[in-house]
Amino acid sequence: MKVFLLHRNRDFDVQPPLPWNTPALTQDLELATLFGAMAGGDEFVRGVVQTAVLDSLTDVDAIRYRQDVLRDGLHNAAAVRSLYSLATEAFLEERKLRYWTVFRSPGTILHRSLDLLGAFEGLLRRLRQVADEHGNEFQSEGFTRLFATLRRELDDGYFIKLRDHLRRLRFREGMLVSAELGQGLKGANYVLRKPHDTTQSWVERIFAQKPPAYSYRLHPRDEAGARALSDLRDRGVALVANALGQSADHVLSFFAMLRAELAFYVGCLNLHEHLTRKGEPVCFPVPERADQRRHAFAGLYDVCLSLTVGSRVVGNDVDADGRTTVIITGANQGGKSTFLRSVGLAQLMMQCGMFVPAASFRANVCSGLFTHYKREEDPSMKSGKFDEELSRMSDIADRIHPNALMLFNESFAATNEREGSEIARQITSALAERGIKVFFVTHLYAFAHGLHARRSEDALFLRAERRPGGTRTFKVVPGEPLQTTYGEDLYKKVFGRKARGGCAFVND
Amino acid sequence: MATNPIHPADVAATEASFRSILWQRVEGRVERGEVPECFPDLNLDQIVEAVTAGKDEYNLRPFFHAPLDTLDDIEYRHDVFQDLERVPVLECLRAFAQRMRTMREHLTQAEKFYYQQQRDSWFLDAAALYCETATALAHDLDGAPLRARGLVAFRDYLRGYVASDRFQSLVADIQSVKQGLATIRYCILIRGDSFTVRRYEGEADYSADVVQAFERFKQGAVTDYAVSFTSARDMNHIEAAVVGFAAQLWPEEFRRLDEFRTEHREYQDGVIRTFDREIQFYIAYLEYVARFRNAGLSVCYPRVSKSKAVLCRDGYDFALAQLLIPEKSPVVCNDFYLRGPERILVVSGPNQGGKTTLARTFGQLHYLARLGCPVAGTEARTFLFDALFTHFEREEDITTLRGKLEDDLARIRKILNQATPDSIIILNEIFTSTVLDDAILLSRNIMGAIMRLDLLCVCVTFIDELASLGEQTVSMVSAVVPDNPAVRTYKVVRTAADGLAYALSIAERYRVTYDQLKRRIGS
Repeated sequence: MKVFLLHRNRDFDVQPPLPWNTPALTQDLELATLFGAMAGGDEFVRGVVQTAVLDSLTDVDAIRYRQDVLRDGLHNAAAVRSLYSLATEAFLEERKLRYWTVFRSPGTILHRSLDLLGAFEGLLRRLRQVADEHGNEFQSEGFTRLFATLRRELDDGYFIKLRDHLRRLRFREGMLVSAELGQGLKGANYVLRKPHDTTQSWVERIFAQKPPAYSYRLHPRDEAGARALSDLRDRGVALVANALGQSADHVLSFFAMLRAELAFYVGCLNLHEHLTRKGEPVCFPVPERADQRRHAFAGLYDVCLSLTVGSRVVGNDVDADGRTTVIITGANQGGKSTFLRSVGLAQLMMQCGMFVPAASFRANVCSGLFTHYKREEDPSMKSGKFDEELSRMSDIADRIHPNALMLFNESFAATNEREGSEIARQITSALAERGIKVFFVTHLYAFAHGLHARRSEDALFLRAERRPGGTRTFKVVPGEPLQTTYGEDLYKKVFGRKARGGCAFVND
Repeated sequence: MATNPIHPADVAATEASFRSILWQRVEGRVERGEVPECFPDLNLDQIVEAVTAGKDEYNLRPFFHAPLDTLDDIEYRHDVFQDLERVPVLECLRAFAQRMRTMREHLTQAEKFYYQQQRDSWFLDAAALYCETATALAHDLDGAPLRARGLVAFRDYLRGYVASDRFQSLVADIQSVKQGLATIRYCILIRGDSFTVRRYEGEADYSADVVQAFERFKQGAVTDYAVSFTSARDMNHIEAAVVGFAAQLWPEEFRRLDEFRTEHREYQDGVIRTFDREIQFYIAYLEYVARFRNAGLSVCYPRVSKSKAVLCRDGYDFALAQLLIPEKSPVVCNDFYLRGPERILVVSGPNQGGKTTLARTFGQLHYLARLGCPVAGTEARTFLFDALFTHFEREEDITTLRGKLEDDLARIRKILNQATPDSIIILNEIFTSTVLDDAILLSRNIMGAIMRLDLLCVCVTFIDELASLGEQTVSMVSAVVPDNPAVRTYKVVRTAADGLAYALSIAERYRVTYDQLKRRIGS
């Protein structure tokens, strides 16, 4: 029995190797905020969405498969949530019996398994009930198949068989075990045997030719002997206990998978409710193949910012189709970082099959998402900081592949502008030539300007918008890099209009 | 170790008269218990420690304390090393060693049991394992394209041994006893506090019934509840009682087990036992250097000769690298060479810049080359020295400075008295305990003596003047990043470092320049 709600033909990997840069992504894209909203207070959901969001899909069909399931889920939110809580109950049952697993002997395993299988029976029946009642309301491939599986596999005959064996496995007539001589003559290959039918009468048995046999009776105070004999008994039932233990676990792992896979969709439901309540737009993105160069969206906003402020937030419209390099320059506090984050978040959300925070969104999937942000908190001296930046870049170079998406935020500024620009140029060019898409927020004028001067069709230049007079719209619009980054805006704001030393910048 | 008497029949079969995989001539065979004096200074003790780690049972250290005297002896080992690297026999030899080890464990174990029948059974297993091991190795080596004289001779020996009557009759005896025991299958009926043992009579498998009934639950991997019962090798009295009953049910099979042990008490061959130990010298060393290769460093076969034109490309200090690699710290490689009249590398420059490391690299290179081992670097030419002397700064109590200077001088005099023109001397920061003028004067005198002896020498010093004493001296300097002398490169070079811009040189170090990045990221 398979759940297969997250992948068409395999289980959800609960603990996949997460991207090596998970801590950086989490920090740079404020992922904790996103996960918090999706979790809605359920730690299990938090864990699952964290994994699912970070363990990106790269196959366009696989993304569409999840999008379909999620659409179904959005239409039948109540049924999805009740399936989820049913799956959660299975764990409470298992926990009650967990103490058995402390004593790992075949005898105890046998008992625990039989108890568990009994308890699961009720849950499985209720599960089938849901399938019977709501099955027809779902259309996606994933849900349709799941419900069909439930109806087919969970027939009544199952548990009748179970009870039958439970009775036999008490061994009231004694246990017959065969063995051979293993290493050092110790018994080996213990096999539980079904005794021959004893149809003879007791008189016949007494006079029948009996094969030679030797018997041993424990001394009543021989405790070591009693343990040894019980050990022998354990060896006899080992195979049977293993089979039953595994059967119980198979059922449990089915519930585990059901719970984990539904948890992802429950997380999506939570976020969806949150955003739609606020009136923020969401849409299902259109994923394109990794080797395409597509990036076009309207109304894309930073979902994490929206989750932390009361009002709706500004969205951006950008058409970067066909571009490999996007350079973002412009005013401080003008929304550059927010924009960069919204690009990264949308990419992750798209590649886990979610909706994205935008009115429309179309982009190629990437082979990996990488962030290289200026680290403010670095306490070391300047040279050490530059070192640290390059060392991080080197770590990325070890892992990045063509068709990746790379986000730089004010990188390589820890040295002087000329040298920093040269490093940024070299790195960006190398990445571009290796088919890696780069979004680069920068103040390095020589770098940005140099790229712009090349008039390349591959590069797009965006600027944080500033209206005449200095007001910021927090929008990012096409525009070539300018020499200053409106530091004087801040300067004026802080020091006032007539401040000495600031006059040189003032142009109105 | 006692060796077996060799049967007359075997002598003919082993005419190749193989004796040792480490020494081609029996008379060249030396094992030395005491540690050579240069070991701590050159950190060779750490290297040998790491090489022999986990191989205590073979007692390999005495091999590493005994360098070889002739080029031919060195070649004998090079050939073996190269065969092991080239021909896929290393795995066979590892398997051989592992089995021999298991066999010894079996023998040890066999002595520890309380019940006689169990002792006999383990002894039988040990003998069986020994036969399998020898046969398997003979089979594995058969047809292997071996070139090394040592390995070829060993193969011939082994081939003869395995074909010999004494070996074949041992194999036959083992098989017959084992086959007898393997046919035994008994049944135990357990009821309450008693049990009965009798022969198995074809009763059906009930586990299979149950397993089949639950087959349909099966999906994917779940916990394996197969409890492992390997708790004790010993038998408890219940198990012993079961075996006792079995012995009564099958008396003939158990009698033959008993007899086997008395008949084959000494079954091991001495030459094979020696080979098992000695081949570990090679295996241990190759395993040791694999860590360097895996970290991207080179290991090469040095060309050892009587020429003092020595050379090393991309050399590094094994002992330092073995510490840095697990920390993922970069290992800096250095080149050095001496040619023509050059004899002395004078290494100066800032502290912590890799000077001592270079001196150690030089020393290790020469010592390991004389052991017949591969060394650090992409290419190496070494001198077949007769003795290697080191004089490294010793940490000393600050209050006995005068004593220290005297002690320094005494030690150096002793070295110079013992040295011949074929010796190597490595001096590290001598005379740091006196005023500069004194140090210069003393050093010049010592260097003069070294030059007169025509010794190969590495001299690490803070005295720049020593670098230009004559045509015999070559100056090497530990380099720094030009714009930031605080950053050490650990490179030691013949010429001053070039003037790369600060940022780019750091970028280069992190391999993130345009060219480097393009190379690193596959297209």
